Amino acid sequence: MKYSLYNLVKNSFSYHENWEKAWSSPDLKPEYDVVIVGGGGHGLGTAYYLAKEFGVKNIAVLEKGWIGGGNTGRNTTIIRSNYLWDESAALYNHAVNLWEGLSSELNFNVMFSQRGLFHLAHSVHDMQEITRRGYSNYLNGIDAEILNQDQVAKKIPHINVNGRYPVLGALLQRRAGTARHDAVAWGYARAAENLGVDIIQNCEVKGIDISNGKVVGLQTTKGSVKVDKVGLVPAGHSSVLANMAGFSLPINSVPLQALVSEPVKPILDCVIMSNSVHVYVSQSDKGELVVGAGSDAYNSYSQRGSFDMIEHMMAPLVELFPIFSRLKMLRSWGGIVDVTPDRSPIIGKTPVKDLFINCGWGTGGFKATPGSAHVFAETVFRGEPNDIAAPFSLERHFSGALVDEAAAAAVAH
Amino acid sequence: MFIINCPYCGERDQTEFTCHGEAHIARPDNPSEISDEEWGRYLFFRENPKGTHFERWTHDHGCRRWFNVMRDTVTDQIIKTYKMGEAKPEISNE
Amino acid sequence: MSNQNRTIYGGKVNREKPINFVFNGKSYIGYQGDTLASALLANDVHLIGRSFKYHRARGILTAGSEEPNAIVQLGLGARTEPNIRATEVELYEGLEASSQNCWPSVNFDIGAMNNFLSRIFPAGFYYKTFKWPPSMWLFYEHFIRKAAGLGQSPTAKNPDRYEQKFYYTDITIVGGGISGLLAALGAGRSGCKVLLIDENPELGGYLLDYNFSINEKDGKKWLKKIIDELDGLANVIILKRTTAMGYYDYNYLTALEKVTNHHVEFSNTLPRERYWRIRSKKVILAQGAFERPLVFADNDRPGIMMASAGQKYLSRYGVLPGKSVVLFTNNDHAYLTAFEFVEKGAKVTVVDTRDLLNARISEKCKSLNITVYKSYSVIKTYGYKKVNRIEIQQVDKNQNQLKGEVENIHTDCVLMSGGWNPAVQLFSQSRGKLKYDLKINTFVPDKIIENQKIIGSNNGQFNLQENLNESFDAGIAAANELNFNSVEKVNWTGKEEIEFTHSDVEPYMLGKKKVTKGSKHFIDFQNDVTAADIFLAQREGYISVEHTKRYTTTGMGTDQGKTSNVNALALMSHIHNKPVDEIGHTTFRPPYAPQTIGAIAGRSVDKLFDPERKTSMHEWHVENKAVFEDVGQWKRPYYFPQNKEDIHQAVKRECLAVRNSLGILDASTLGKIDLQGPDAAKFLNMIYTNAWSKLEIGSCRYGLMCNEHGMIFDDGVTSKLGENHYHMTTTTGGAARVMSWLEEFLQTEWLDMKVFCTSVTEQWAVLSISGPNSREFLKDLTNIDLSKESFPFMKFREGEVCGVKARVFRISFTGELSYEVNVPARYGRYVWEKFMEHGKKYNITPYGTETMHVLRAEKGFIIVGQDTDGSVTPNDMNLDWIVSKKKEDFLGKRSFTRSDTVRHDRKKFVGLLVNDKKTVLPEGSHIVEKALKQPPMKMLGHVTSSYYSPTLGYPIALAMLKDGFSKMGEQVVVPLMNGKIIEATVTDTIFYDKEGKRNNE
Repeated sequence: MKYSLYNLVKNSFSYHENWEKAWSSPDLKPEYDVVIVGGGGHGLGTAYYLAKEFGVKNIAVLEKGWIGGGNTGRNTTIIRSNYLWDESAALYNHAVNLWEGLSSELNFNVMFSQRGLFHLAHSVHDMQEITRRGYSNYLNGIDAEILNQDQVAKKIPHINVNGRYPVLGALLQRRAGTARHDAVAWGYARAAENLGVDIIQNCEVKGIDISNGKVVGLQTTKGSVKVDKVGLVPAGHSSVLANMAGFSLPINSVPLQALVSEPVKPILDCVIMSNSVHVYVSQSDKGELVVGAGSDAYNSYSQRGSFDMIEHMMAPLVELFPIFSRLKMLRSWGGIVDVTPDRSPIIGKTPVKDLFINCGWGTGGFKATPGSAHVFAETVFRGEPNDIAAPFSLERHFSGALVDEAAAAAVAH
Repeated sequence: MFIINCPYCGERDQTEFTCHGEAHIARPDNPSEISDEEWGRYLFFRENPKGTHFERWTHDHGCRRWFNVMRDTVTDQIIKTYKMGEAKPEISNE
Repeated sequence: MSNQNRTIYGGKVNREKPINFVFNGKSYIGYQGDTLASALLANDVHLIGRSFKYHRARGILTAGSEEPNAIVQLGLGARTEPNIRATEVELYEGLEASSQNCWPSVNFDIGAMNNFLSRIFPAGFYYKTFKWPPSMWLFYEHFIRKAAGLGQSPTAKNPDRYEQKFYYTDITIVGGGISGLLAALGAGRSGCKVLLIDENPELGGYLLDYNFSINEKDGKKWLKKIIDELDGLANVIILKRTTAMGYYDYNYLTALEKVTNHHVEFSNTLPRERYWRIRSKKVILAQGAFERPLVFADNDRPGIMMASAGQKYLSRYGVLPGKSVVLFTNNDHAYLTAFEFVEKGAKVTVVDTRDLLNARISEKCKSLNITVYKSYSVIKTYGYKKVNRIEIQQVDKNQNQLKGEVENIHTDCVLMSGGWNPAVQLFSQSRGKLKYDLKINTFVPDKIIENQKIIGSNNGQFNLQENLNESFDAGIAAANELNFNSVEKVNWTGKEEIEFTHSDVEPYMLGKKKVTKGSKHFIDFQNDVTAADIFLAQREGYISVEHTKRYTTTGMGTDQGKTSNVNALALMSHIHNKPVDEIGHTTFRPPYAPQTIGAIAGRSVDKLFDPERKTSMHEWHVENKAVFEDVGQWKRPYYFPQNKEDIHQAVKRECLAVRNSLGILDASTLGKIDLQGPDAAKFLNMIYTNAWSKLEIGSCRYGLMCNEHGMIFDDGVTSKLGENHYHMTTTTGGAARVMSWLEEFLQTEWLDMKVFCTSVTEQWAVLSISGPNSREFLKDLTNIDLSKESFPFMKFREGEVCGVKARVFRISFTGELSYEVNVPARYGRYVWEKFMEHGKKYNITPYGTETMHVLRAEKGFIIVGQDTDGSVTPNDMNLDWIVSKKKEDFLGKRSFTRSDTVRHDRKKFVGLLVNDKKTVLPEGSHIVEKALKQPPMKMLGHVTSSYYSPTLGYPIALAMLKDGFSKMGEQVVVPLMNGKIIEATVTDTIFYDKEGKRNNE
């Protein structure tokens, strides 16, 4: 049944008892053309685009827990594409283009809210960094505005521009914003199932069958399955799955925490990121401040982080917004992020034939969801990455062609 | 928030330490003789196990020494700490 | 009329001490000892706020920290705080509070329209609509955002202060009810260091509100004796008004203490709150339990509250919330409240879902004239701003059907009790595993992970007698396990008039047939989640508990589901016809209750947010009106404006002073590392790209450091002070990174190398004097022979400068004749002032970092981090001359030969001169292949440094350009964001004194 205001009103007369399942719980079939391992936004999206754009009929998504339960449902929901390097800009902007039509495409409101994102600059060096990135964005056709201190103060009420590290300016991307994270997984799941994709939850992959260097099947907690192609999209467990297939990855899995405050009436209308003072904050539609910052430095699969990371989010938040000091932190949580050496993802082929991987999104995977899913679907279908995906191969770690987004932020002199 | 037993100073709070990733990765003796792939593996590829992990920490706000920690990445429990140069402990199967 | 609901006697409020307060603009009087909630109830104010989604009228549901409904905006101005639970606010003189989430007023709230439209707003309705057209979402969202949120954020800086305290103890006990108190007593008598934390202003917990006896005597007196003994134990620290918030690994707890929140005056000396960070050898959880609501249609109206809350308002605060009261229960224990209400003059009717009733209770009800409807259920309530009537109906034996006539009861207060849920939040945070206990229909602790005990009703054990002994023993046992001596066990006999029995009814609801037909059986009060919403989520496939929670938002309010979680899970269990254990539960995360952001930030605010590092000459710079820039944590003079100069004028003057006479720069912030040891040269050979073996004592050499990826990460001059002794300098921002880089290799890779590294950045003040007159100037102040022959360029000498022992390095970052004078930091300002005084005749000019940047750019010297960015090799920067071809190995070398690193079209470091000789290109602007009217344009590189050169009289720029070395003399274009296109010529990177004569003078 199509989601619309008309149907919402219509269903209210029958007390909403006639809505269909957004997705069902089919049994695992013995054989699939393509199996996607990982039922987050990226994995579900991959299945959706494989079915929709490449006409693949017999697809399953295997999820070891509940769909959208990994980083899709644990992030701070920020979406932007103002990356420095051409390769990243192309990938993330592809995603933003898809985000803009996603609610209609999926017939599911993912609440993509382009309320604008400010990267704050706190030093001369920061100003150089945002100017360089702003110009690079501008010339790549990505919207960018470089603001001075007065403009920042005017556009962001209540921000403290004269703190220990004064705000000297900001890079604004108006097309950036936030989306409702859960809805992305649910929307893709519903749309994929409508195209015949089997979404199988509580199904953990325990082994990968390889014959003559080619993937041929999977062992799962719900039995074994024959496959022609497999796409691994298991954020938080990428190394675990890769190890099953006999190869390793340039990845460390580390805890990342985020938190929300109690809901208050609208007070912050945009997304704020500060790499120097080190905090990200936006206000959700519910009214909660959604706050994130850095990850812990140690490897962990516990989905728990250390308390001092929370402390190191709250102090910068109060530094930038002294008015938030009396608000209350309501809930915090942890996720596992797979971090690569250059903070860019790995999308493409693996040493095993017909086994493809999409991982290593670190702390920034959510914003890329539709773009990542779209290019990965093509990669799986064609057996080769397309132009957007190609720079993100595993091979770059041998050639040295890193796409190092962290490198440009280095401070010296 | 771990308690870490620095082999030089004893038990201290995690906030005094920094983790530096996987331990026991020796720098190749002959970098010029190995392939780009081997060099890339040394630089970037890591075990990242779900289970027992050997990792390097420094006691930054203390003795500033580097040492190794054997820790379970699922429970976050530290199994053992030991000095640099000491042999990698066996993983028990219990 | 004031305090019309106050009983004549009874309770612990002080009727002699009235307190004035204001709610929604109206003045009221409460008494000392009241909470805001009890004082409002005493004044017959029941309508406190509006619910999140439907704006339904809401009152007071509980009397504690689990309150979902009675949340208010407390205080005014900069001190206002949203979402404060009225049930926890201790009344103080002049308190002002108001209702939230309503407009224009709580009595007449426009938003309540949502309630009438609620049929089209089921759970998740927003996923199904507002999608078209896509561009309109921001418009719809604007209104959704306005409707959402609860209270208002303050809009001024918080005037209050928060503190943090680190605390180490043997045993931390969370919860000051009977179990926690006795555990503290057991451990305390053993001599353990005990920290007892309780969120209330008064210890005693549940027993404060109920009658009980110990050894057949008044329990309250006994309780006081226990508390008195604890107060007297020096090894027991008691924190009241303190909520344990987080339970992290290795028994690390955080707790928030309200220090002055309840004070009348704002304190100048005390913090508002104190955040405790506790490391404990053992933890005993004794947090008790929360009473569970019953689920029936319109169970959310003001006047409907938990039975235990009614009990507390009556017995502790002397407030009778209603005179014609209905108790709706599924257990025996709640009858105590019925008896208490009758005793204080209320008429009570009991609606009990069960058909069998304990004979003793039956008899007592009869004697007190309490009508009991057995096997009945409340099925609906009426009343807009307060409940005034309920409907009840008989329940079929199998509990799933209603039958018979609907009967009406007029009432002004409904007390409900659906059994009790242990407060397992902290236990669960500590990774403790839960199991579902079918006897009491709730989750109880199962498996403990941390070094911890959990006792009393927190552990699902509700019997007073058993808790008395077990709790005390638990305290002794915990002490024993920490090797403290045993103390004598004590046997108490405890009795309540009615012991807890298990509630024997499914806890979720009654009359389920009615649930889905448009009625509102609230599960989560604050977030307006009804039973129908849970049904809808299941119907639509959101079956995992996490999906149900996220789809319906149940348990996601400011109470974090303390009253709703178990009911939601039980309902899911019912819908799927599966045991609750198989349904599972969501993960409890810190904090246990909302905690103040400012308290977690603690003192790390304002100036203390991050320490400021200052050089020993800093105050002189301040006195001489320097403008500062932040470089890492350092404050560095950016420029020294004179007479209203702007930055351009000041920098021009400073630059020319250096080129023509003499300038002075405070270079103290540069990183300095002292290296000593027989392997120091060998070590430097590995760390730097160039060769160090042949450097002579007294000589300096510029070095580049690469990381193992072959990318430049720091640079600086290192000097050989003596045999096996070097002085290394690094960039200001890179000092710590370099230090840790050196230590990493010494400690983990080359353990056999004998080298010691010591950071001496702060031990030396560095005065860099530069300009053609610097030799003339310095020679009067030093005993070092400065002649060109005995002290040439790139040499180092020791001697006295202004009578202070100094190290002088003849190195130059400006291209002029320069000396870097290092003196012990404590003499920095002294020598600086001597320099300024003596330098007058040369018009000595202090200059800042901007002038330094211009001067070095004129010379094409790179700044790591500005001209490089972590993705460039020495070859990219045209620095091959400093990369040894002979050395077998050094850090980064291997990476130079990878296929991407040898790619010929990498970006290379070049100079740019704009053709118009006027435009200063923005740093960060890009060179494009072809300037087009509109982006996208293909980029070839970017401008890294760009200045107007006062020396040359025209702008200069440094840039990274694709294949730049082979483009010398070519024309390039730089489009600006304002649409202008700037043309420039590619040059080498040295703009001034290409032969390098000046610094060799």
